[in-house]
This record gives sequence, structure tokens and C-alpha cells, in this order.
Amino acid sequence: MNTTAPLPPFLATQKLTKQFDDAKAVDEVSLSIQRGEIFALLGSSGCGKSTLLRMLAGFESPTSGRIILDGQDVSGRPPYERPVNMMFQSYALFPHLNVWDNVAFGLRREGLAKSDIQARVSEMLQLVQLHDFAKRKPHQLSGGQQQRVALARSLAKRPQLLLLDEPLGALDKKLREQTQFELVNIIESVGVTCVMVTHDQEEAMSMADRIAVMSKGQVLQVGTPQEIYEFPNCRFVADFIGNVNLFEGVLCEDEVDHCAIDSPLGRLEVGHGVTGTLNMPVALAVRPEKMRVSKVRPDVSHNLMQGVVQEIAYLGAHNNYIIKAANGQLVKAMQANTSRHNDTPITWDDEVYFWWYDDAGVVLRS
Amino acid sequence: MSARTSPIFGKLWMLLVYVFLYLPLVFMVVFSFNSTKQDARFTGFSLRWYEALLRDSKLVDGFLLSVKVALTTGVLSAVLGTLAAFVLVRYTHFRGRALFSGMATAPLVMPEVIVGLSLLLLMVGAQTWLGWPQRGMMTIVMGHTLLGMAYAMVVVQSRLQEMDRTLEDAAMDLGARPYQVFFLVTLPNIAPAILAAFLLSFTLSFDDVVIAEFLSGPGVNTLPQVVFGYARRGINPTVYAAATLLIAALTVVVVAYSVAIARQSRRRERETYSPK
Amino acid sequence: MPGRRFVISLPYLWLTLFFALPFLILFYISFVDIGEDLAPFKPLWDAQGVLHLKYENYWSIFKSPGGGVLFDTLYVEAYGRSIAYAFVTAFLCLLIGYPFAYFLARSPERYRPALLLLVMLPFWTSFLLRIYAWKGLLSDFGIINQTMMALGLIDEPIYMLYTDISMLVGMTYVYLPFMVLPLYANLVKLDVRLLEAAYDLGASPLRAFWLVTVPLSRRGIAAGCVLVFVPAVGEFVIPSLLGGPENIMIGRVVWDEMFSSNNWPRATALAVIMIAVIVLPLALFSKLAPSTQDSVRP
Repeated sequence: MNTTAPLPPFLATQKLTKQFDDAKAVDEVSLSIQRGEIFALLGSSGCGKSTLLRMLAGFESPTSGRIILDGQDVSGRPPYERPVNMMFQSYALFPHLNVWDNVAFGLRREGLAKSDIQARVSEMLQLVQLHDFAKRKPHQLSGGQQQRVALARSLAKRPQLLLLDEPLGALDKKLREQTQFELVNIIESVGVTCVMVTHDQEEAMSMADRIAVMSKGQVLQVGTPQEIYEFPNCRFVADFIGNVNLFEGVLCEDEVDHCAIDSPLGRLEVGHGVTGTLNMPVALAVRPEKMRVSKVRPDVSHNLMQGVVQEIAYLGAHNNYIIKAANGQLVKAMQANTSRHNDTPITWDDEVYFWWYDDAGVVLRS
Repeated sequence: MSARTSPIFGKLWMLLVYVFLYLPLVFMVVFSFNSTKQDARFTGFSLRWYEALLRDSKLVDGFLLSVKVALTTGVLSAVLGTLAAFVLVRYTHFRGRALFSGMATAPLVMPEVIVGLSLLLLMVGAQTWLGWPQRGMMTIVMGHTLLGMAYAMVVVQSRLQEMDRTLEDAAMDLGARPYQVFFLVTLPNIAPAILAAFLLSFTLSFDDVVIAEFLSGPGVNTLPQVVFGYARRGINPTVYAAATLLIAALTVVVVAYSVAIARQSRRRERETYSPK
Repeated sequence: MPGRRFVISLPYLWLTLFFALPFLILFYISFVDIGEDLAPFKPLWDAQGVLHLKYENYWSIFKSPGGGVLFDTLYVEAYGRSIAYAFVTAFLCLLIGYPFAYFLARSPERYRPALLLLVMLPFWTSFLLRIYAWKGLLSDFGIINQTMMALGLIDEPIYMLYTDISMLVGMTYVYLPFMVLPLYANLVKLDVRLLEAAYDLGASPLRAFWLVTVPLSRRGIAAGCVLVFVPAVGEFVIPSLLGGPENIMIGRVVWDEMFSSNNWPRATALAVIMIAVIVLPLALFSKLAPSTQDSVRP
């Protein structure tokens, strides 16, 4: 009998809590992060993600709970005693030091030999392709260059854990896309475990291996980007990530492989079973790209409804429709423009049919 | 905006105020070169008062003492003021914080007579009980430092508050212990403020007469004390000569400092990255 | 953090030693009796440990011991005069300084640092020397009188020195920067768009000034007035150099009691009362200016 036990997580928080006066910024968060993965904490401001990050760095001490890094409890250690380094949102480059000295700063605190420091700094600057700028001061660099220095500085000590605080927040949109990939490449080539904090879903979805969606100090769901998007576990997560249509109703049939919901818009058929009791209130989440629209009545037997087109946005690659359903609910639909000619174009105030296939939705109980 | 309030009126008012401010200074400079003791008519150009100045040992001794006192005060005030500013800005909760804050800023507004008197009583008490200190340069420095520290604290505090806190976090994150953070990151960033605090305390100490009068001992006289003594006995153009020299020295220092600052900020502006 | 305690205690200790302690001593001595022989005062407790509080020290300030009307002492006179001078000085500084600060704040940005520097420069040159200069300027045959007579404005020299005139000129001169700077700091942050909004709504420049600018600069005015009034009450040098025997201020009186009459208890009692006189405006000020930001309530 040879079962490989699951690897213990490289970084684990155990019921980590931070209480400020009357509010719990972080509420009993337990996470398991694997070695080498890029893990994102995603949520809007005030959800506790930044506080959690600061606890990992050592700038806040937990009210209760523990942080275990590579088998060691680091919960009580001050930041200068942890094998953790952080890249700050504002970069926090020391303005009175040049690029070289900024990167060397952490190494000098360790008391390494001069030649070792020289080699390591050089290596780091090569990694971020800023070797020629070594003598410059931070104010002489562009935003993107400053970020690379900050990254080099945070990697110089070969930390066991790298923390990123809103890494793309300070960059303008164009730079963001390019930097996303660069960052991930560098981090993966170094192989360091990374926890990043962001409020931008795109950032999280494109950069992270796994995401934890947070709200009000709690983690609502942890999963890969695909899991979070296609299988949200609650209304909040479904609504937070991308766009979604939520159809409220009551569970009226529940079998192993299918179920149905009684809703103001009619009976909704779902292609999977749920664990629940009949007559419990649920919502069906259907993403706009899975919502079909047509002026012509399609040949489907269920989940078919009619409505009036309220808004259209032609966005080149796809169209966004907002359709007013029979009960007044506004339904979002998105269709890709696969052909350059449209035989039956849809326009405002058209009466249309909208439907979805029974495996396109997810039933949410909370 | 300026079209509505008469620009002429504004400029005129400002000019008059500047004239008012500089009248005594200009007067002294001009009449320090006067050939007679007259202070209403310029009778002729002469350097006699400057010669008299150099021969006046009281003034020269007073000047040297004032420099020594002011330098010591400047350094002490800068150090203590920086510490006090650091305490007030970084430590938001500790017992007796309000009291600390009050004590540190009160000397700024208190009439000097009260500060001088109370310190004198302290010195006398200490002398009776501990046999020390003798009233003299030390006691003057202590009095001046109390005032200087208050001003220094205000100057440094403002800069400390402006400073980016995350720099200190970053330093700690990279392995620097708190005292290292202070010396390697905080201090370089507030250095200009500390310099300004030093200069301010120096000037205050150099210029003070009230506290010095209360706290000095026999035979120990700072420059302002000497001048004060002369002043009560009548006009003495030697004092004008001294004033002119001081004004000249001060102007040189201030102008040099301002030019250096301006040049540095212009250089910084040129160097700062701007997208092409 | 362990070092924290050390960092706090060092300046705290200094302040306690050199600020709090002296004040306590001051307060203590104001209640003792004059000493005999060479000692300037007797201890508060006698040999048996009985407390002797000499309230007379305070009382004699308000009423002459030999009989007379209450408040009719030269001490009360000196207090009253000091407060009056300080008040008038603050008023004059405001009158001259407010427009100056206003125009300075409105001047083109590139000139402002230089203009500010020009205001500060006299402030850094010895204030004693500048007062000394006024002695020469204001004397009966000094340059101001001579010029006015030469221009035919007056026939005889105006007797300015050692009068209220020279006092107020000197005080206003010295304290002007203390009024200008906080006013400037306040006015320069004033949002011009608020005034534009006022004009847009039909206010004339003068009304806009009264209804918008002045109320918003309230804090600056309060700060300037306090920074002038409080130290001015205890002003010592200016009355000594520019004032006559009728212009004696309380600072001088304290000095005389201390060093001429050697009456330490009374000198300290006078000082304590001076502190009380000052604390009132300071307390008022801190009520008026609790924070650095004006909050707008919906």
C-alpha cells in the first residue's frame, strides 16, 4: 500500500485573526500554499487582504492564530527576522541610495562578504535587465524601471516567501499587460513561493496559480482561476469575478444528476445535482457569454425566455446585450462576433429570445 | 484673480512693509561708515567704528562666547529636538504623551522672562543642593537648549510626518533592526530638516538676551548682553559696525544656502525621469 | 520594541528636568516668605514641619499693604499695560500683516520663495540690534525727525523715543513676522476656486473677501494673534530700550523684584500670575484650532 501523503503546505496560516478595536480585519483565515506557487489574495478594499499580507510580512502581529513557513512558526517574529521579503505598492526605493545600493541593502544587513554581495547584486540586476542603470538614483528611473529595481531588491536575499502588494497598481494600463508576464516569468524562473494581494481580478486571474477571494476578513473561496470563474461557491464570488446573471428561486427538484429551480421566470433546468433540501432558496448563476440570444426562436426545450433589448454595446470583438426579462430583471448576454456579416442583426427594443444550456449555470446556495 | 484686486495696491503695500522691515538694517549699515557719532546726518565715510570694534575686547569676547554657546546649543537642540519629534510622530500611544507634547511646545510661546526666571531658580536650587552648576556658559546653554529644542522639534516633526513611512517598513523587511532603520534610512531622509533645526537654534541662541541675562554669571557676557549694556547707555556706532558685519555674514550664509537648495532642486528636476 | 523606552525617556527626562521642575519651583517659591540674612527666602515648612503659605505674596500684588483701593497697585498697572501693549501690537500686526500675507500668497509662484526669504532675513539678524537701530531712528534729532522737518511736515521734532509710540513701533516691528508667517501659510493654501465660485454667484471682490477669505483664514489669524500676544505680554528688551519710566511692562517688574528688590517670592508670584494671564488665550486658541483640517459638515 503506497499512498503518497499530500505534501504539507509550504506556507500555512492557521486560523489567523487580526482584531482592531471593534472590527476583525482578518477573521480566522486558514490557507495552505504550496511551494513555488503564485497565490493571489483577491478582494475589494477593506476585505482584509492587505492586513493578512502585512501579518505574513511581520508588520502586524496576529491577535490569534499562527503562520507556519517551511515547518517553522514565524508568527511572532519581527520582519527583520523572517525569510520573507516584500515588494511594496509604492516600491519604497530608498531615495538617497542608487539602484545598486538599494538592491545591496538587504544583503549588507546579513553581513555577507563584499565579493558575495557584488556577485548577487549583479545577478539580480541582470535578472531584471537593469545592470546599466546601477548608478542611477530612483528619481532618475521610469515607473516600470523602479518596479524592476524593487523586484530585484526583494529577491536579492533569496527569500522563502515573496510578497507582492498590488504589483501592477501603480502602472498605466499599457504597461500593465506587458509587466504581468515579465513578473510571472521572473518569479517562476527564480522558483520562489509568492503571495500577491490585488483588487484587480484580471491581475489575479492572469498571474496567479490559485486565488483566494476575500470579503470582510474571511476567505470565501480558494481555487484556480478557472475553478473560481466556472464554479463559484456563493453569490459574492460569482458576482465579484467577471459578470454574472443571478436567477433567484427555490429548489423544486433535486436528483443526483440534475435539479430544477422554481423562479419568477419559470422553471430552470440544471444539468447537475446539488446537495440541498427541497424548497431551499437558491440562485442560478449564468455567465453572460453562456447566455444565447436570437431574434429567431431556437429549438430548445427549457431555459428559454423572452425579453426586450434595452442596451447594446458593440465592442468590436463581442457584443454586450442587456435584455429586460418578463419580470423586469435585466439579463446580461455576450456574443462573440464570429462573422463579419450578421444576417439578423439585433438592435434596441427588439424582442428576442434568450436561453442557456442546462450545464451552463451553477447553483449557489449562499 | 489678480485682475480683480488692484495689483498696484498690493505691490505698494508689500513694498512699504519691506521698507519698514529693512529700514533699521539699512540705517545701521550706512551709519556704520559715518565719520562722526552723528546718527542723523552722514558726515563722511570712515572706517573708524570698525577699528574701534576690533579693539573693543568686550564685544570681541562676547562674540566668541556667543559663537561657542550657539554652536553647543545648536547641536544639543538638534539632537534632542529630533528625538522629541521622533517620539511624537512615531509613538502615538504612550503614557503621558499629552504632557510630553505640551512641555515640548510650550517654550515656543512662553515669554522668555518666565523661562529665564524658572530656570534661574532651578540652577540656584541645584547649586545649593548639589554644589553645581556655577552660573556661566553651561547654564546659558541649558536655557537656550530648552528653547532651541522646541523649535527644532517643530521643524523636524513636520518633515518626519511628510516622510514616506513605507521606506522604514521596507528597510525592516530587508533585515534592518529598528536602530539601523533610523540611522540608515530615516536620518538621511530628514537630514535637511535637522540642518534647518540646527541653524534655527543657533540663530536663536546667538540672538538671545533675556535668558542669557537671567542665567549668566559674573564676567560671562554674550554678545547680545554686551550690546544690551551699551544700548542702555546711549548710541554707539561701534555697535552699528558689529551689526553690519553680522548682517553681511548672515546674508552670505542665507544666500549661499538658498542658492545651493535651488540648484539642487533644479538639478533634481532635470534628472527626474519623464517619459519622452 | 525595547529601544522605545529609552528613546522616549531621554527627551522626556530633559523636559521634566528643565521645564516641569523649574515651574514647580517657581510655584513653590511664590508661597514662601522672604528670607533673612543672605538667603533669598525661607523654606515653606518650618522646623516643626508646619506649612506656612504666604498668600500675602499674591495679595500684595493686588492691594497695597499700607491701605488703598483694590487693584490700585503699580503691579496691576504693569499687568494692565502689558496686556494692552500686547493686544494693540497684535492688532497692529494683523492690520499690517494680513494684507501683506494676502498679497504675498497671491504673488506669482516663482517669486514667492525669494519674497519669503526677504521677510525672514531681518528676522534672523539680531533682534536686539534692530531695536537698537530704532533707538537711533526715533530719537529727537534722529533721521526720521530730521527728514520730516526737512520736508516741512513738522516744525519741531516729535518726541517719539521712550513713549508709547516707540514702544509700539518696536513691538510691531519685532512681532510682525510672527503674524505674517502663519497667515501666509494659511492663505497660500486657500483654494482660489472658492473665490471664483463666489464671484460666479455675484459677490463683489470686497464681499467675497469678507465672506470667504477672512472666515477661511480664521485659523491663521488665531495662530498669528497667539504667537504675537503671548510672548509680547512678557516682553522685556523693548521696554528697556525703547520705553520710558511710564512704559514699564511686567517683564521688567519681575526682573526688578528679583534682582533689585531681591524679593524672590513676590517676583515668582508675579510670574505665576503672568502665566495665568497667558494660559487663557492659549486655551481659547486650542479650542478654536483643534485640528489642521477644516471639516465640512454635510
